[in-house]
Amino acid sequence: MVGMSNLAVAVQDLSKKYGDTFAVSHANFEVPMGTVCGFVGPNGSGKTTTIRMLLGLISPTGGTGEILGHSIKHPEKYLASVGAMIEGPAFYPALTGRENLNVLATLGGYGTDHVQSLLERVGLGDRGNSKYKTYSLGMKQRLGIAASLLPNPKLLILDEPTNGLDPEGIQEVRDLLKSLAQEGTTVFVSSHLLSELELISQHLVMLRKGKVLFAGKIEDLFLAQQPFILVKTPNESDLPKISEIAAAAGHKSTIRSGVAHIEGPAEWAAELNKSAFAMGITLSQLSPMLPSLEETFFEMTGDSE
Amino acid sequence: MNQIFKARVFRSEWRKLRRPTLFLGTMLASAGLTGLVTSLLFLLIDSPQGNSDRGNMISREILQLPSGLTIGFSNAAGLLGIVALCVFAAQTAQEYTYGTLRNLLVRQPRRLQLLLGKYVSMASFAIVMVILAAVVSMSLAFGLSGRAKVETDAWVTSDALQEMAKTFGNVLLSVIAFGTVGMILGLLLRSPISAISLGVIWLLIVENILVAVKSSLGNWMPGNLMSIIAVGGTTDISYTHAITMVSIYLVASTAIVITLFKRRDVSN
Repeated sequence: MVGMSNLAVAVQDLSKKYGDTFAVSHANFEVPMGTVCGFVGPNGSGKTTTIRMLLGLISPTGGTGEILGHSIKHPEKYLASVGAMIEGPAFYPALTGRENLNVLATLGGYGTDHVQSLLERVGLGDRGNSKYKTYSLGMKQRLGIAASLLPNPKLLILDEPTNGLDPEGIQEVRDLLKSLAQEGTTVFVSSHLLSELELISQHLVMLRKGKVLFAGKIEDLFLAQQPFILVKTPNESDLPKISEIAAAAGHKSTIRSGVAHIEGPAEWAAELNKSAFAMGITLSQLSPMLPSLEETFFEMTGDSE
Repeated sequence: MNQIFKARVFRSEWRKLRRPTLFLGTMLASAGLTGLVTSLLFLLIDSPQGNSDRGNMISREILQLPSGLTIGFSNAAGLLGIVALCVFAAQTAQEYTYGTLRNLLVRQPRRLQLLLGKYVSMASFAIVMVILAAVVSMSLAFGLSGRAKVETDAWVTSDALQEMAKTFGNVLLSVIAFGTVGMILGLLLRSPISAISLGVIWLLIVENILVAVKSSLGNWMPGNLMSIIAVGGTTDISYTHAITMVSIYLVASTAIVITLFKRRDVSN
């Protein structure tokens, strides 16, 4: 248990009900200070609703929450230290990117001096004077990220920040989030790109149908998952024999696309190699693996999309 | 501390209001409409069809009075009010349609202060608009008085100055009241098109039809009463009655929309 003063976000039994339907149901999770926390779940799982409650945009119907040590009932006490981009970027089409940031900087009382440096940080340094309506989706997304950085935030909450970005842009956002975390900013980021989150997150909150399936360190999630071993042989006809060896040792296996997937710990791989050699089978690949975040996510959410 | 927050909202809102298409477009529209009403007042002075709204005649004798200088300006107040209604409604409702309200509320979570700062900034925008309209109208009145054979001696007296100040105050009150209606509609309907359409259709069409069917309804119609404030009252409806009724309407509806704005979830 992390001490309360070390938590950027802490929610207890947080709920939002519309009519008879729970958009978020009794959510409990914590985000320690200075970490990058991924927030994942299928569409409609309640991620955006949760984020809106954390930002004071919608009122919870139950439970409590704290951001930077302040109750979410009083967003005015913590939002000056929070940067956020919710459900994609939203700006005034007739204003330039720079003017849009100036509107928010003035409103927040941050001054407009560092607007240019923020535009440069997100790769819009030379397009700040173009009207927002002329921006591509990726540029709009970058402007949204720049706006979220206006308060020099202690906590950054980003909802799908890589939507619409090309691979280079995604890499840049990943690097940006990493550097912010290194500077001490806590990052709470929702994304569909689970492989990206896997690369940058230390913590994870997983939602499905409004309920938290997992909340904690990402390594704890993987430790709880079933490891497996991938086996390939030069001759595919040898794979059923590999499956027999696995079955004899009490491990389940399946053969897909010329590869045997054996549910078993990494340590058993050496035993398998020895048994295969004894039966005259040569292995061309023997790879102990842990499920990726994506595979774990699909397994836990039961979502095969 | 609270004052600083309001000033931030005010300055932030002006960054949107001063964009050239909105600012210049609105100012040109206001100047053009006021100029048109004032020009027709003088150019059609001898026309049997009348030189004022609904075919009314405003004679040379009336125009030559100290109040004559500002008659064109006050006659244009209804149109200025419609312009203000459109600006207030659009500036308020667009925050919902663009989804920018969530950004504003993250940067200024005190919703009442956000609303107040926004309102004060738009009211100041209306003041600039009314000042410009007054300058255009009075300049044209002087410019066209010779052609219309209207004596202007009484327009440069202290009485005329008093009339000018009174008319300016009344027109400003009227225009801001129209704007307030626009903001209320924007907050209620959360769509610029719906808010402007409903406001304009009600004020320009529905009210006129209702008053044409039963003239006594004019005592209660908000658009009619706001126009009456601009001209300082009429023989049928007093200035005090108009101010009282409009105040009641606006205070009641403002209380409702403030409550809604403070409590309503922002989920778009």
